[in-house]
Amino acid sequence: MVMTSEQRVEATEIAGKGRSPWADARRRFFRNKAALMGLVILGFVVAFALFGNSLAQWSNEELDYNVMGQIVELGGPSIESGHYFGTDDLGRDLFARTVQGTQISLAVGLVGALIACIVGTLYGAVAGYFGGRTDSIMMRLVDIFMAVPYMFVLILLLVMYGRSITILFAGVGLISWMEMARIVRGQTLTIKGREFVEAARATGVSAPVIILRHIVPNLLGVIAVYATLLVPLMILTESFISFLGLGVQEPLTSLGALISEGAGTIAYGTTWQLGFPLLFFCLTLFGLFFIGDGLRDALDPKDR
Amino acid sequence: MSPLLSVRDLHVKFPITRAGDMPWTKPRFLHAVNGVSFDLEPGKTLGVVGESGCGKSTLARGLIQMVPATGQVKWRGETDLLSLSPRQIKPYRSEIQMVFQDPLASLNPRMTLGQIIAEPLRTHRPEVSGKERRARVAQMMERVGLLPQMINRYPHEFSGGQCQRIGIARALIVEPKLLICDEPVSALDVSIQAQVIELLKELQRDLGLAMIFIAHDLSVVKNISDEVMVLYLGRVMEKAPKALLYDNPQHPYTQALLSAVPIPDPVAERAKQIVPMTGDMPSPMNPPSGCVFRGRCPRAQADCAEVVPQPDDDLHRVACIHPGPMRDSELAQHAAG
Repeated sequence: MVMTSEQRVEATEIAGKGRSPWADARRRFFRNKAALMGLVILGFVVAFALFGNSLAQWSNEELDYNVMGQIVELGGPSIESGHYFGTDDLGRDLFARTVQGTQISLAVGLVGALIACIVGTLYGAVAGYFGGRTDSIMMRLVDIFMAVPYMFVLILLLVMYGRSITILFAGVGLISWMEMARIVRGQTLTIKGREFVEAARATGVSAPVIILRHIVPNLLGVIAVYATLLVPLMILTESFISFLGLGVQEPLTSLGALISEGAGTIAYGTTWQLGFPLLFFCLTLFGLFFIGDGLRDALDPKDR
Repeated sequence: MSPLLSVRDLHVKFPITRAGDMPWTKPRFLHAVNGVSFDLEPGKTLGVVGESGCGKSTLARGLIQMVPATGQVKWRGETDLLSLSPRQIKPYRSEIQMVFQDPLASLNPRMTLGQIIAEPLRTHRPEVSGKERRARVAQMMERVGLLPQMINRYPHEFSGGQCQRIGIARALIVEPKLLICDEPVSALDVSIQAQVIELLKELQRDLGLAMIFIAHDLSVVKNISDEVMVLYLGRVMEKAPKALLYDNPQHPYTQALLSAVPIPDPVAERAKQIVPMTGDMPSPMNPPSGCVFRGRCPRAQADCAEVVPQPDDDLHRVACIHPGPMRDSELAQHAAG
C-alpha cells in the first residue's frame, strides 16, 4: 500500500495514545482561573466536611455547661475554649455542628444530583431516541409531574412519614430528575440525527446499545455541567425545607437548619451562629457554580 | 449469474404533517422514491446520480430499511429484505454496509479509531475474542491505508480523507457483499477524492464487492461505475451501461447534466453544446403530471403532460416519450427564445 504524504507526516509523530476529547476538555478547564478557584474552594469545603471532626475539641452533641445561659458573653468564637466557631444557643460547639451540617448538605446535593443523572439521563435518552409516541407519552408524564408543586408534596411526605434523612433523599431525588430528563431529551434529538448514529443503526447495532454507546457518552458534557449546577440547587432545596423546620431531625443538622437557628437568635447579638454556617453555605455554592461554569466552557469550546 | 440485489418498483413515501393538523387528518405524502427498479450483479458497481433532493440517499436508506419502503428488494434472488422484521434483517446488515457522506460526522467523536472500526464486528460476530478483533482491526486499517499505530486515536485528529478511510474500514470489517456509498467523496478535496475512489476500486477488485455509488458528480461516477442510473424527483430518468449513457445519452435531463460537466480544455469547453435547463426542481409534494421533467425540459411538448413515460428496454432504459440526442435546430430555437 502506497502511503500518501499526509500519512507519512502522521507516521513521523509518535503514534501512541490519542488525545481524547476529555483530555482536551481537562486542559481547557485547568486553564480557567475561576473554575480552578471553584475547585479549590470546593476542595476546602469537602475537606472540612470529611476531616473537620478530628480538629474539633467538642463533639456536636456535648453541651458546654460553662457557657450555657451566657452565650452572648462566653459562647463567642475563641481558641482557648475550643469553640472555634463559638457555640449555638444550647451551648453546643458550632464548629462540630457546622462540620456535620456541611456533611449532610453535601450528601443531599450529591444524592440528588446522582439520581438526576442516572434516572434523568436514561429517561430522557430513551424518550428522545425512540421519538414519536413513546416520546410524547414520556415527556407529557414529566410535564404533569412538574406541574405538581413539589415543595408541597415534599412537605406532605415529611409530615406523613416523619422527618427523616431517607425521606429527604427520596424527595429530593424524586423531583431532581425531571429537568435533567428534559435537557437530555433535547440533546438526544440533535445527536440522534448525526451520521454516526445512523451508521450504527445501518450496521444493525441494537437500540439500547446505541443509546449507551453512542448517545450517552456524547451527552456527558451537558450532563456534567447540569449536574454541578444541580448540586447547589438540591442544597438550596434542602436548606429551605430545613429552614421551615421540616428538614433533618435533631441531633442531625444541616447548613440550612443551622442558618435557620442562627437567624432566629441574631437579635441577641450572636452573629457567629448565623455567620459561620452561612459562610460554608456560600462557599459551597460559589465553588460549585464556578466549577459548573468552567465545565461548560471546557466541554463546549464552540460556545464561547 | 443471478443478481446479488434485485430491486423492483421501490417506493419510499414520507407522511407530512403540518402544524395544526388534527390526529385524524389524512397526512399528505412526500413521494421521495417512486418506482425504482434495477439489478446489481456481484462485483459490479451501479452509479446513481441526480441533483440534490432527487431521492438518491433516500433510495439507499430504503434498500436497507432505514426508512420505510415498499416494493421488492430481493437479496441473492431469495429473500425480500423489505418483508423482514427488524430482528430478521440483522444478519443481512453485515452483508450490506454503508459509507457516509460526511466523513467526520459519521464517526463517534468519543470513540477511538479501534472501537469505531470494531463496532460492526462486535455487533455481528460477538464470538470473536478481543485479541483477534484487535488484530483484524489493525489488518483492516493497513488495508485502507491507515497506520495501525493510530488505533487509539480519536476521529478529530484525522483529516477528511483519513476519516473516510476509517469509514470504509468500518464498513468492510465484516466482509460485506454489497457496499452502499452515499456520496463518499462529495465532502473531500479533489486530490483526496481521487485517492478514495482508487482505494474503493482496489478494494472492490480484491474483495469482489458489489457497490451502489451515489454522487452528484457525473465524472466521479463515470470513473467507478459499470452502470449508471439517473434519478430525477425520485424517478429513474435513464439507466444504461456506462459507455452507452455517457456517449449516447437519450434523455434530455441526462444530456443537460452531461453538458454541465466542465471540460478541462478551454477550446473544447467553448465549443461544447450546452443543453439548456431552466428553473428548479419542482416540489416532490406536488409533482407535475405526466413526465416530471417536462417543466424544465427544452423539448417538452403537449403530450408530455399527459403520458407518464414508461421505460421498457432493459439494457438502456429511458423514461421519455421523445428520446434521442438534441438536434441543432432545437438548441438554436432555445437559444433564440
